[in-house]
Amino acid sequence: MHKLISSVASRLVIAVPYLWLLIFFLIPFVIVFKISLSEVAMAIPPYTPAFNLLSGWEGLRQSFAQFSWDNYIWLVEDPLYYKAYLSSLFIAAVSTILTLIVGYPIAYGMARAPATIRPTLLMLVILPFWTSFLIRVYAWIGILKPEGLLNQFLLWANVIDTPLNILNTNTAVFIGIVYSYLPFLVLPIYSALEKMDYSLVEAAEDLGCPPISAFWKITFPLSLPGVIAGCFLVFIPAVGEFVIPDLLGGSQTLMIGKTLWNEFFSNRDWPVSSAVAVVLLLLLVVPIVLFQRAEARVQESEK
Amino acid sequence: MNTTWSRFNIASLVLGFAFLYLPIVLLVIYSFNESRLVTVWAGFSTKWYVSLFHNQSFIDAAWVTIRVALVSASVATVLGTLGALAISRYTRFRGRLLFSAMIYAPLVMPEVITGLSMLLLFVAIGFDRGLWTMILAHITFSMCFVAVVVQSRLVSFDRSLEEAAMDLGATPVTTFFRVTLPVILPAVVSGWMLAFTLSLDDLVISSFTSGPGATTLPMRIYSQVRLGVTPEINAACTILIAIVTIGVIIASIANKRREVQRARDEQTAARN
Repeated sequence: MHKLISSVASRLVIAVPYLWLLIFFLIPFVIVFKISLSEVAMAIPPYTPAFNLLSGWEGLRQSFAQFSWDNYIWLVEDPLYYKAYLSSLFIAAVSTILTLIVGYPIAYGMARAPATIRPTLLMLVILPFWTSFLIRVYAWIGILKPEGLLNQFLLWANVIDTPLNILNTNTAVFIGIVYSYLPFLVLPIYSALEKMDYSLVEAAEDLGCPPISAFWKITFPLSLPGVIAGCFLVFIPAVGEFVIPDLLGGSQTLMIGKTLWNEFFSNRDWPVSSAVAVVLLLLLVVPIVLFQRAEARVQESEK
Repeated sequence: MNTTWSRFNIASLVLGFAFLYLPIVLLVIYSFNESRLVTVWAGFSTKWYVSLFHNQSFIDAAWVTIRVALVSASVATVLGTLGALAISRYTRFRGRLLFSAMIYAPLVMPEVITGLSMLLLFVAIGFDRGLWTMILAHITFSMCFVAVVVQSRLVSFDRSLEEAAMDLGATPVTTFFRVTLPVILPAVVSGWMLAFTLSLDDLVISSFTSGPGATTLPMRIYSQVRLGVTPEINAACTILIAIVTIGVIIASIANKRREVQRARDEQTAARN
């Protein structure tokens, strides 16, 4: 009897979260793909053919026959879309590099700090992550506005004569992404650097290696797993970012997350927004798989 | 070690933390501004807080947000802990690769995709959009964060404790509740808190999956922000920041106290 309960219990441990993710994570993607092949209609739900599991095999076959690739052809023909994809990839890549430049020294400083204050520093990096993303992006509007705090400060300090126009440009989007995603990059690099055996660098320096080349030859390569994980954690979500380009970017800031949102909420074109999502997902499959591999490798090495 | 705590390191930390905290500090300061203009200081005032508490739509939204966050964080914690157990305790089962992919993918999945796909699922199965669809969506993305947090604790867990309990005749279920759970509890609690704040903050997935009548605080703030920056939003943001900060501080104090207690217990045990 005990054995029976145990074996049922251990199956449930796997089955319950597995089924949940299948139903609420995987199947929705199948539906997105299916709807991306249908056509927009003035109906509820606003697409044809509607999905109906009760119509049986014949009904399914009929709806398959009505599938069309028109939405995808539309994505290729209208330059708006591929420009939005390219500019999303570009903005995400530039922001990732900028985040790395800002974040690496912070992670390095934390890892080299006295062990007693490291937990406090760690908490200070994590704390902003607990405050709302939306709030943190919103905070920058007041700073970057033409009559905002940054311009007031720069005018007061006589650095500039006329207010800088930063809000509603790509620069503001870069600042927003770097600011919002910084903890994601600092944490993995910090944990890689903290585990590192620092006597290696000392040995190199004792043997006459200048500190800077010791950094590039020893420290940086050893922190590389953290750098890779951190860069993916910034790059992948940044490609599909919506809030930052919408609030900080201008009308000329093209990002695919914003395009998808507008297609869905303003144009109510569900099939085209589904097609946009499918292509975005295909673009991100490679980085997502690479990210998972990197994660798995880090875990294997910890065992 | 001391020689490496150089000026460069201190400078990069000071600048880094200034960059992280200055915008939030400025936001909080300007929520106490007398003037309607957010960026011109005109004296200290709490009038925006007063007007916020008389704004019924904000209060309703706050209630919806808290209810969604409480329910979804609790369910997500149970599911995420199960997921973490499944992935770290059962190294071989059919579809394990798919399972671990489904645990990690939502961490980096752009929110617009998750939101859209959930919404289309609810439409396809004819589920009316509202509070419950939002809760289901929040559970799904936050359970993966819980799973990752709990799993990182399970990896460093001394399995001989579990084996000892089972050798002494405890069933796996008893072993879990009497041995494993007490040890991983801090991770489970921080998983719950993470799920709670993720749900509290979410805008994109909520906007896709909610229906009429179920507006959350981030959705209300977002629609206000689009109309322009007002001190009232600063006040609402400050309240949210205060809640989260107090929660995190209480949790870290409780954590530290537990560690001190444990150290003391170990000392008494060693003395006996």
